[in-house]
Amino acid sequence: MPRSDRPARMVRHMYHLVVFGLAFTGFAQMPIFKRYYLADVPGFAWTADYYLNHRIHYLLAALLLAFFTYVIIVYATVWRSRWQITRCGLFSLGLWSGIVVTGIMRVMKNQPGMHFSPTTTMWVDWLHLGLVLVLGMVSGIMALGRRKILIPRS
Amino acid sequence: MSISRRRFLQSLALTGLGSVLPSTAGAVARGEELATLLDIGKCIGCGECVAACREANQHKYPNPQKPFPKMYPDRVKVADWSERQDVDDRLTPYNWLYIQYADVTWQGREYELTIPRRCLHCTNPPCANLCPWGAALKQDNGIVRINDTICLGGSKCKSVCPWHIPERQTGVGLYLQLAPSFAGNGVMYKCDRCYDRINKGEVPACITACPENVQTIGPRSEILAMAHELAEKTNGFIYGETENGGTNTLYVSPVPFEEIDKVIDKGPGRPGFQPVDNAMAPEDKLLRALIFAPAAGVAAGILHTVRALQQDDHKGDDHAKK
Ligand code: SF4
Ligand code: SF4
Ligand code: SF4
Repeated sequence: MPRSDRPARMVRHMYHLVVFGLAFTGFAQMPIFKRYYLADVPGFAWTADYYLNHRIHYLLAALLLAFFTYVIIVYATVWRSRWQITRCGLFSLGLWSGIVVTGIMRVMKNQPGMHFSPTTTMWVDWLHLGLVLVLGMVSGIMALGRRKILIPRS
Repeated sequence: MSISRRRFLQSLALTGLGSVLPSTAGAVARGEELATLLDIGKCIGCGECVAACREANQHKYPNPQKPFPKMYPDRVKVADWSERQDVDDRLTPYNWLYIQYADVTWQGREYELTIPRRCLHCTNPPCANLCPWGAALKQDNGIVRINDTICLGGSKCKSVCPWHIPERQTGVGLYLQLAPSFAGNGVMYKCDRCYDRINKGEVPACITACPENVQTIGPRSEILAMAHELAEKTNGFIYGETENGGTNTLYVSPVPFEEIDKVIDKGPGRPGFQPVDNAMAPEDKLLRALIFAPAAGVAAGILHTVRALQQDDHKGDDHAKK
């Protein structure tokens, strides 16, 4: 985020929290938290509740969508003159677009009366998960290399 | 029109079965979902449908490799039905249909009901919606089935199914090629409404085998109308119209389903007739939050922009004053 003032830092923390929540509730869609004892930890039984995690995933996705549209508007109108997106930033943006689009497709598919072919559904599922894994790796590498998404325009 | 659809039309026209509505072929061609009506009052519990299901679907049954891979952690249990393939009093990977018995007294009359039980093929199936892997699926014609070449046997479909229908067999499927000890545990099996027979233009085995014509298959709208007609005529009750948001299996019984639910054997592999709310309804409501979210983001973005522009203006004013 361009400015290091307090509200911007808060937004950044909230963003990280929402992304963590999305990744967590996303992985909770797979039957792993019960198998690998997480759900046995007192207070963590909810991690094995598929429906609950699915609903939290929807809610967090709504927050993320709001955040993304907010950032896109502010970047286009205010930040763009002083900050430019790096190549890493563009790559992450591309991955995020794929994740958002496949996520929206999955939500549409879950509506009664909506129907996608089984093959489309399978590809949507696999892409959503695959892109998340790639984004996780890219973000890890970027953090290690201290690569930024935005840099000041010279 | 695909060849299979055309063949379906022709062969359905030829069958002339009372248990197949004449409009079925047209519905398939239009892409309308098929549903079945089960007139419980007619069933004599002969078990012909159960035997027919086994015969017709034998080639889809699991053929597990043994010994099973060692599972980590240890507490992951294997589900092995391969030595008990003849169990027919519950759902198993080798028995997708069974007969449930209900001896009920209702309004002073005794009823000995026998009820064929299998997957209800929900209209908005949580098993398919929540399968993280796209293995559980719903076809255009309303059939809900599990792709045995993709399923990893995590059993999520069973957990989220209001009737816990799918059953697991360990030692088969894709997980064996991945990390068999650490992820997956076989393949889930359940009634697939004889999708391959339907593709070939044939009728599901349990429907044709029934000597009493208990089941009728047809487009959902017509099957629903028939169910209401039958319920009215017999003072009967309907199950499946609204349960879990509606299923493509409509049971009509002379006895209320709450009474049946009280007396039937329930438990693993033996579903009840309990009231079932629409499992995906909260998700349908949350859709509003998802639709509203970008609008909220745009509003916040515009607000931010206006403030930033105002601040710039102020700065400009300050400079001008200086
Ligand atoms: S074949 Fe028909 S009558 Fe016999 S048990 Fe099945 S549904 Fe009932
Ligand atoms: S009854 Fe269960 S297994 Fe069958 S379609 Fe509905 S949710 Fe899926
Ligand atoms: S529709 Fe086919 S798979 Fe389903 S219970 Fe009947 S015979 Fe078995």
